[in-house]
Amino acid sequence: MMKEPDKTQPRAAPFSASTLQQFAKEVAKFPAEQRQSAVMACLAIVQHEQGYVSAEAEVAVAEYLGMPPIAVREVTTFYNMYNQQPAGRFKLNVCTNLPCQLRDGEKALNHLCRKLGVEPNGTTGDGLFTVQPSECLGACADAPVMLVNDRQMLSYMSNDRLDELVELLRTKR
Amino acid sequence: MSMLDLSRFQATGQQTCFHGRHIGAQIYAGLNGANWRLADYVARGGYQALRKVLGVNGGAGMTPEQVIAEVKLSALRGRGGAGFPTGLKWSFMPRQHAGPKYMVCNSDEGEPGTCKDRDILAYNPHIVIEGMAIAGYATGSKVGYNYIHGEIFELYERFEEALEEARAAGYLGDNILGTSFGFQLHAFHGFGAYICGEETGLLESLEGKKGQPRYKPPFPASYGLYGRPTTVNNTETFAAVPWIINHGGQAYLDVGLPNNGGTKIFSMVGDVERPGNYEVPMGTPFPKLLELAGGVRGGRALKAVIPGGSSAPVLPGKVMMDCTMDYDSIASAGSMLGSGAVIVMDETRCMVASLLRLCYFYTHESCGQCTPCREGTGWLWRVVNRIEHGEGRADDLALLDSVAENIMGRTICALGDAAAMPVRGMVKHFRDEFVHHIEHKTCRVPARA
Repeated sequence: MMKEPDKTQPRAAPFSASTLQQFAKEVAKFPAEQRQSAVMACLAIVQHEQGYVSAEAEVAVAEYLGMPPIAVREVTTFYNMYNQQPAGRFKLNVCTNLPCQLRDGEKALNHLCRKLGVEPNGTTGDGLFTVQPSECLGACADAPVMLVNDRQMLSYMSNDRLDELVELLRTKR
Repeated sequence: MSMLDLSRFQATGQQTCFHGRHIGAQIYAGLNGANWRLADYVARGGYQALRKVLGVNGGAGMTPEQVIAEVKLSALRGRGGAGFPTGLKWSFMPRQHAGPKYMVCNSDEGEPGTCKDRDILAYNPHIVIEGMAIAGYATGSKVGYNYIHGEIFELYERFEEALEEARAAGYLGDNILGTSFGFQLHAFHGFGAYICGEETGLLESLEGKKGQPRYKPPFPASYGLYGRPTTVNNTETFAAVPWIINHGGQAYLDVGLPNNGGTKIFSMVGDVERPGNYEVPMGTPFPKLLELAGGVRGGRALKAVIPGGSSAPVLPGKVMMDCTMDYDSIASAGSMLGSGAVIVMDETRCMVASLLRLCYFYTHESCGQCTPCREGTGWLWRVVNRIEHGEGRADDLALLDSVAENIMGRTICALGDAAAMPVRGMVKHFRDEFVHHIEHKTCRVPARA
């Protein structure tokens, strides 16, 4: 007898045609039997479109690539940049590693947190900003450096420039 | 979600790369930020080395063995950190192999202090493509991947664009420049894991898994990507190859020192007036490099230097001032040239606080696979944390030494050693500062004005 489906397990979320097109471009980079190699790219695409990687999306990516959902979960949880929960509209990552710390990286993080009224790793009440300390972004000579929504790196972020950035982003909500 | 225009907050390369303060630049030569495209690269002599190798300029071409011999002669050593001779690495690839072989570029630049590959990818991406194609030819690899640091998405996109240009012009593909040589190259975007800079962790990640390093042996040359023979080299290493082919291995060797050929890009970061990348001949005296970077910030005294990325043991400033910037000189001073990231610290820096930040980094980035590293990095961080915060105990320095001892050489990959070595270096050279923290519960370094 078939077991009743477990309703507590996440079900696969369908993807749009344009998302599937982006997936296909990534899969095409690898040998036909190595679709799993595209998992990081697919998850990054999902995060860019949905703001985070939900359990449902993990299952759907697993189905698409023909790999076990747990293998997808292992990837989501291993790499620092995947959001496992929804983040603010603007995720701001400020590097505080030693070379940046020597050039006010921590000061930049503290300034942002104070200005936005959040603790590190916190999200503002209006859901607009998430502020996270981060490890080396690979731009140490530009310190203080930060990343906006995983994709845009900003350099020489003095307090004045941080203020200017926050004002700009608030108008883009 | 469309991208916002945040360009006014973004680096232009003026401070880090186009400052005109390189010496004999080979990789950064002639760059201005606007000339990264294929046509510009070709105009400054790009893809001539690939043409020479393939014999499409009327010459006889070179055999794969000749290419490897030239790279061996050049004494080019891996620019990612290990300094392994590149030509020798290529020669490990099996000549007679029935299945696919792979050429992989490690652009997962995340060793704290290092930001040189970013400027190569941003302002001269085709030099990496050309170097990889030549390496593919030399090793019989027909497919390559460039694994790009997750945090530099814009450069990943730029590299994709450069790949499209190279394909359209026949520098990549099935019959490159009309010859029988084929090489397919793809870009791969990481997503934030320091450990993927370790070559076997990187290969696991390329296979779509957690980036947990593999046991070696087998080395990637026999069991690499998908279990196939694979060579992994750093971005700067590939970028050095076209110059070597164009000018000859001997000329490259002559630029540097014996056993340390060519130029090297150093990322001068921390307490210097002009932080940035400086491409200079191997063997350049450290004081000269410091001068290029404008000297110590604010005219302060030099206290310490971490000469090769955060995993390299720290050296006191006065030791460093006697070093030349090459693998052998830095090694004989008790540290490593590593990735060429030079973290400069002035007299106002507390070594306990500095080490604490590094210890946090290593415990955060330990992949969790090996117990000595997973647990040991946490111990190092907690003990340094209590010393920094006035709760150090009399035997804590012995404890740090013991934990470090129990990590080193007992893990699958080098991250364990990379976490332990900075601790040992700091305690060795600045022991009195640690002792002061423990005995007086305060820092003796005067607070920065």
